Amino acid sequence: MASPLLTIRGVETFYGKIQALKGIDLDVNEGEIVTLIGSNGAGKSTLMMTICGTPRCRTGSIRFGEADITQTPTHEIIRLGIAQSPEGRRIFPRMSVLENLQMGAAVTDPKYFDEDLARAFKTFPILEKRQSQRGGTLSGGEQQMLAIARALMARPRLLLLDEPSLGLAPLIVKQIFEVIRELNAKQGLTVFLVEQNAFHALKLAHRAYVMVNGRITMSGTGSQLLASPEIRAAYLEGGAH
Amino acid sequence: MEYFLEQLINGITLGSIYGLIAIGYTMVYGIIGMINFAHGDIFMIGAMISLIAILALGLTASASFALLLLALILVLAIAMILASAFNWTVERVAYRPLRGSFRLAPLISAIGMSIVLQEFARIAQGGRPKPMQPLLSGGFELMHRTTEAGDFIVRISTIQIIVIVTTLALMALFTALITRTSLGRAQRSCEQDMKMASLLGIDVNKTISITFVMGASLAAVAGLMFFLRYGVIDFYIGFVAGVKAFTAAVLGGIGSIPGAMLGGLVIGLIEVFWSAYFSVEYKDVAAFAMLAVVLIFLPQGLLGKPEVEKV
Repeated sequence: MASPLLTIRGVETFYGKIQALKGIDLDVNEGEIVTLIGSNGAGKSTLMMTICGTPRCRTGSIRFGEADITQTPTHEIIRLGIAQSPEGRRIFPRMSVLENLQMGAAVTDPKYFDEDLARAFKTFPILEKRQSQRGGTLSGGEQQMLAIARALMARPRLLLLDEPSLGLAPLIVKQIFEVIRELNAKQGLTVFLVEQNAFHALKLAHRAYVMVNGRITMSGTGSQLLASPEIRAAYLEGGAH
Repeated sequence: MEYFLEQLINGITLGSIYGLIAIGYTMVYGIIGMINFAHGDIFMIGAMISLIAILALGLTASASFALLLLALILVLAIAMILASAFNWTVERVAYRPLRGSFRLAPLISAIGMSIVLQEFARIAQGGRPKPMQPLLSGGFELMHRTTEAGDFIVRISTIQIIVIVTTLALMALFTALITRTSLGRAQRSCEQDMKMASLLGIDVNKTISITFVMGASLAAVAGLMFFLRYGVIDFYIGFVAGVKAFTAAVLGGIGSIPGAMLGGLVIGLIEVFWSAYFSVEYKDVAAFAMLAVVLIFLPQGLLGKPEVEKV
């Protein structure tokens, strides 16, 4: 866990005149699961999108491995090995489930496709049953699974997951978090996870950051933050569990 | 009956040409949500380039059929490549810098590019209509009946066969391209969610450029076909054909490729039948009235997709 894979320094992002990120410093090391928790509107999703260059940060720098990707076009950032399951899932509604997965594999060598598809179907069996159905007709939970499966089809080095638990039944949330843990443990996949469901996320993550109003206010290991009274008061008690 | 059959063939031929142009409108609308008003003029450029290439090759009707066909394929290739280069440049210069600007900006820019292309053709090639002796004259008799008033013959000309066959072949090719290849998937993904497409590693700008190139090459095919069929072109044909093809695209359901083809056929048939049975002067009124009627009862067009999706 030594080498940093993603390095974010002093990043500020604006929507017009409104400043959404106010100087973010954050690291994700190779092989880690890192989570970012925070309430609605804190800027978590903005940070996810800024990593992919859409929107672009106004100041600061973002490095991925050896490359400075601060000004790299979005599609080239993806080709370097970052995949995102974005906020709102963004399934292509008028494409079949299979085509959505094919889109996920747009950046990979076609020779991996069959193997990766089989793995995706093994992880999320419901997708195999629905494979010729249009993405727009899936339920919210199925779409969420499809979004994660689609991101995995890209064989990323870094997987960005934006609220994978949103709108899912607790059992499925557990299942998805188990999948993430397994991918990380067995394949060494690095995961950067944004969550409102702080309890699960902190239990899963090696390290965690807390974002409030576009700033990182706390960071530490998952268990440190779980034990912190402030975190318990703000994000855990009376809510998630 | 014979008269009807003859007009049907004429209508399908004209409709095929409209349909080929309409696909360019509908694809561009599908992917970036703008009407490329310069598209009709790309069709005109395609026809002009075909004319120039035919003259440069020294083609005349006296050459053998096989040689003519071969030469026309070469002409077509040249026209497709150059028309694509024109449309690619138009997009690069006049539309891409305005992407993300307010919605009307690229539309106004498109009208400007339409005028630019027309005036360019007028200055470079002169304003007079350019007629040409028919290159392909043969045909087949489909029906022959002797009546008291004289013989009635229903013919389908070689050119009509070429137009219809080429259109069908291109339709099949493009449908396969859009529905089955990774390029087609990339195009459809950009249509549905451009940002997500880029998050999956799709180069959105490149995909849009390819769409303009595809539309232009079909318009160039239509240009050559139009020239071969009607034998005369000028710098202004793009306007009228463009408006008709645009109407066809809206009638069929803008954004839908089969819809564009169907719309083209409907407009072509209405125009031809109205001229045949009622009056030539009002053929355009009939075509546009049809558009109005369809849009009142089917606002999405004949094959347009209603926007109901679970979110």
